Amino acid sequence: MKKKRWLTIVLTAILILGSLFLLQKLLMPKYVADVVEGAFIAEYYQEEKNHDVVFIGDCEVYENFSPITLWQEYGINSYIRGSAQQLIWQSYYLLEDTLRYETPQVVVFNVLSMKYNEPQKEAYNRMSIEGMKWSMSKVKSIQASMTSRENFLDYVFPILRYHSRWSQLTEDDLKYMFQTKQVSHNGYYMRVDVKAAGEIPEGKPLADYQFGENAYTYLDKMTALCKEKGIQLILIKAPSLYPYWYDEWEAQIEQYAEDNDLLYINYLELVDEVGIDFTQDTYDAGLHMNLSGAEKLSHSFGQILSEEVQVPNRSGEAHLQEIWKEKIAAYEAEKQEQFTKYSK
Amino acid sequence: MEQLLEILSDLHPEVDFETEDHLIDDKILDSFDIISIISEIAEQYDVTISAEHIIPENFNSAEALYDLIERLEDEE
Amino acid sequence: MLFTSYSFMGFLLVLFCLYYIIPAKHQWKLLLLASYIFYFLAKPIYLIYILVTTVSTWFAGIQIDKVQNTQKAYLAEHKADLDKETKKQYKASMKKKTWHWLLACLLFNLGILAVVKYTNFTISNINSLVQLFGGKPLSFINIIVPLGISFYTFQAMGYIIDVYRGTSKAQTNPFRFALFVSFFPQLVQGPISRYGDLHESLFAEHSFDGKNVAFGLQRILWGYFKKMVIADRMLIGVNTLIQNPDRYSGAYAFAGMLFYALELYADFTGGIDITIGVAQVLGVKVTENFNRPYFSKNIKEYWNRWHITMGSWFTDYIFYPISVCKPMLKLSKHSRSLLGESIGKRVPIYLSSFIVWFTTGIWHGASWNFIVWGLGNWVVIMVSQELEPLYAKFHNRFAVKDKFGFRLFQVIRTILLMSSLRMFDCYRDVPLTFRMFGSIFTKFNWNVLWDGSLLNIGLSALDYGILSAGVVLLTTVSLVQRTGSVREKIHKKPYWLRAAVWYGLFLCVLLMGAYGIGYDASQFIYNQF
Repeated sequence: MKKKRWLTIVLTAILILGSLFLLQKLLMPKYVADVVEGAFIAEYYQEEKNHDVVFIGDCEVYENFSPITLWQEYGINSYIRGSAQQLIWQSYYLLEDTLRYETPQVVVFNVLSMKYNEPQKEAYNRMSIEGMKWSMSKVKSIQASMTSRENFLDYVFPILRYHSRWSQLTEDDLKYMFQTKQVSHNGYYMRVDVKAAGEIPEGKPLADYQFGENAYTYLDKMTALCKEKGIQLILIKAPSLYPYWYDEWEAQIEQYAEDNDLLYINYLELVDEVGIDFTQDTYDAGLHMNLSGAEKLSHSFGQILSEEVQVPNRSGEAHLQEIWKEKIAAYEAEKQEQFTKYSK
Repeated sequence: MEQLLEILSDLHPEVDFETEDHLIDDKILDSFDIISIISEIAEQYDVTISAEHIIPENFNSAEALYDLIERLEDEE
Repeated sequence: MLFTSYSFMGFLLVLFCLYYIIPAKHQWKLLLLASYIFYFLAKPIYLIYILVTTVSTWFAGIQIDKVQNTQKAYLAEHKADLDKETKKQYKASMKKKTWHWLLACLLFNLGILAVVKYTNFTISNINSLVQLFGGKPLSFINIIVPLGISFYTFQAMGYIIDVYRGTSKAQTNPFRFALFVSFFPQLVQGPISRYGDLHESLFAEHSFDGKNVAFGLQRILWGYFKKMVIADRMLIGVNTLIQNPDRYSGAYAFAGMLFYALELYADFTGGIDITIGVAQVLGVKVTENFNRPYFSKNIKEYWNRWHITMGSWFTDYIFYPISVCKPMLKLSKHSRSLLGESIGKRVPIYLSSFIVWFTTGIWHGASWNFIVWGLGNWVVIMVSQELEPLYAKFHNRFAVKDKFGFRLFQVIRTILLMSSLRMFDCYRDVPLTFRMFGSIFTKFNWNVLWDGSLLNIGLSALDYGILSAGVVLLTTVSLVQRTGSVREKIHKKPYWLRAAVWYGLFLCVLLMGAYGIGYDASQFIYNQF
């Protein structure tokens, strides 16, 4: 009798835990349709991790640079670990996470996120953090990012966050329970449509232009970490017309770069040099580049990486060639798909 | 006992107070009935039933109530 | 800690495990520790208040007991040689002593309650008068209202009155007494337990009883279902309707009234289910506080089924003492001779009920809304008392009393009546409440009930579906419960069916609970306006 009892208990426990696990997998958002940005962070782990250049940051990295162009023109093997409204501490912990797998020669960070000193929106937290594999970096990222209404348990058991999706489930939720669909190109989010930039108003004057203490702390940590690992940290500001980039902010970054001996490139000042045309190269009126703009930017930045920073050209490596052949094919395929879609 | 039965029947003529012994448990008498009864008893028997005596044991039957009255009369 | 928080659930988990690991004789001490931790985590300073009440009441109890023991011993010793008159005098003088202790304890502790809860209310009323005469208003005091002070004070005062009456013996161990006063499941919203009912199981040694623990957990789950799936969901709609009275009057107010009736029921009884369930897991028997109240056929029955322990506390400790005290009986006698028999005999009933309902109202909260609500109940009860002979005549003539249709009518009538009175809970002040109630009859916008307007108050069609299913489930469970414990009935079913039922209920709470981001009621309001 006793044995039967134990068997029942164990069986019940397995069934309950098993079904909860499956339920959680079912309810978590899959990010394969409209909002694909949430899938970026997780996609990295499937890659072969031997990149020479890693980008980290928000949409101003993942929409403005094309790793395919960098490879095709300069043989640079790169990856963009970007996510929507990625906050600076999230970037730092993502960097920590990345360095567990590889040590690139260069890390490129977009400085816009210096403007955010406190936790912002829960939805973006989810998209930037949830895809990370569990590690101390992920734990610290969660703790640094949680808004007042969030709880750490909601990250350990995401079913507590997504439980209400049971009434919004689609076919994709079932299909992609245990598999994924590639939505980015080495972290690049492709858009081929065009929407010209209009009149962008000048930014309203702020009470205080000084970047927050928290932001500086994490920038310092990033600088220190890169130095420790022998990585060259390059700061950039993407040529996005909005959010408005104040001169006072620009001054602080220039100062910081000088103080810490870092290369800093503000592409807002190099729009003409790069050849960016805001009537053709943006898909959302100047906030982000489209494919055309991203390729132009990558051509320009790639040249600096190749000639000045001396990132090696690895187009001769057979193994990488094979990997990139597939990626290029996927890239071209999506290009065609999107052209068809957006010309309608 | 006669007087008591009269008081009770006045309140609830439909109840047979000679046999009924779950007056409180079956909610036949409610709190208003109880204080009406106590009020009348104070008038007619000159006995004060204080709040601490208002327990089901004393009010479940006419007999129990009469016992209470006698006990209190004794003490006074 | 809110019942519906992760921390409370974690707290329970740890407590339940420790409780059955430690030697049984220390279990009550663990409960005491847990209760004080629970209270401390709410706000450390609250502890001072509950300690003061605990110590003062414990001390008074011991003093009363001492006098009573002395009296008993003395009378036993001198049984033969004392005459009736001396005995009577002796008893009277002893009674006076215990009465002094009782009075001191009551005044002190009810005084604390009064000052903490009602000072600012009193000041605001004084200010209204003062400003009428152009005077300078008093400033409000900054005072904390400790969690559960209304509940634990009443529970302690019930105890001291019981000791005075000889119904209970005083608890000599101050720590055991402290547990009685602070037992954490009851702190937030009761039930208000009697010492006689609670102390045995509270202090006893409990061995692990699988069935009892399982039943307790099931009850806790059921409570969470009511609170999280039904109450918290309904609250979203209720808040929209009652926080914007100008926009949501007429039929909206009627809908709000009924929605609130459901929300309050699910939240309150759900919370009590959690309380009693937690106690059951610990082997402690806590009195029931609800008995299918919405099945009541009239207001008197309702108040025997809703918040039972509060009603019986007010009856035993306020209503009876007031209505049979010497001054009241004298008053009754005088009114009889002055105003005639029929009016005279009504005096104690009317006056005592008035006092009871006034205090019940104000016990709920320091505002005129609650006072008017309490007196509203009083009016309805008095009116139904007076109408009783009429009703009797009606039932003599028409044999409808036991017909299902008539009983259904009575149930619906009672629900509507009690829900109307509860509108005082919802609106800012008394005049507004009357206005909103009146608008139900004057503003003919009944179309909003079916033209989709109710889908714009924060609840989707799916939400209403879930709520409706919830109501059906609640009603079914209540109907089944009339013939015995539902858990017992489920317990008799085969294992896999039982497991499926309880796991299913758990999944309902997990998936359909209105918790987490996306269900913030205030969030919706913010988005809408």
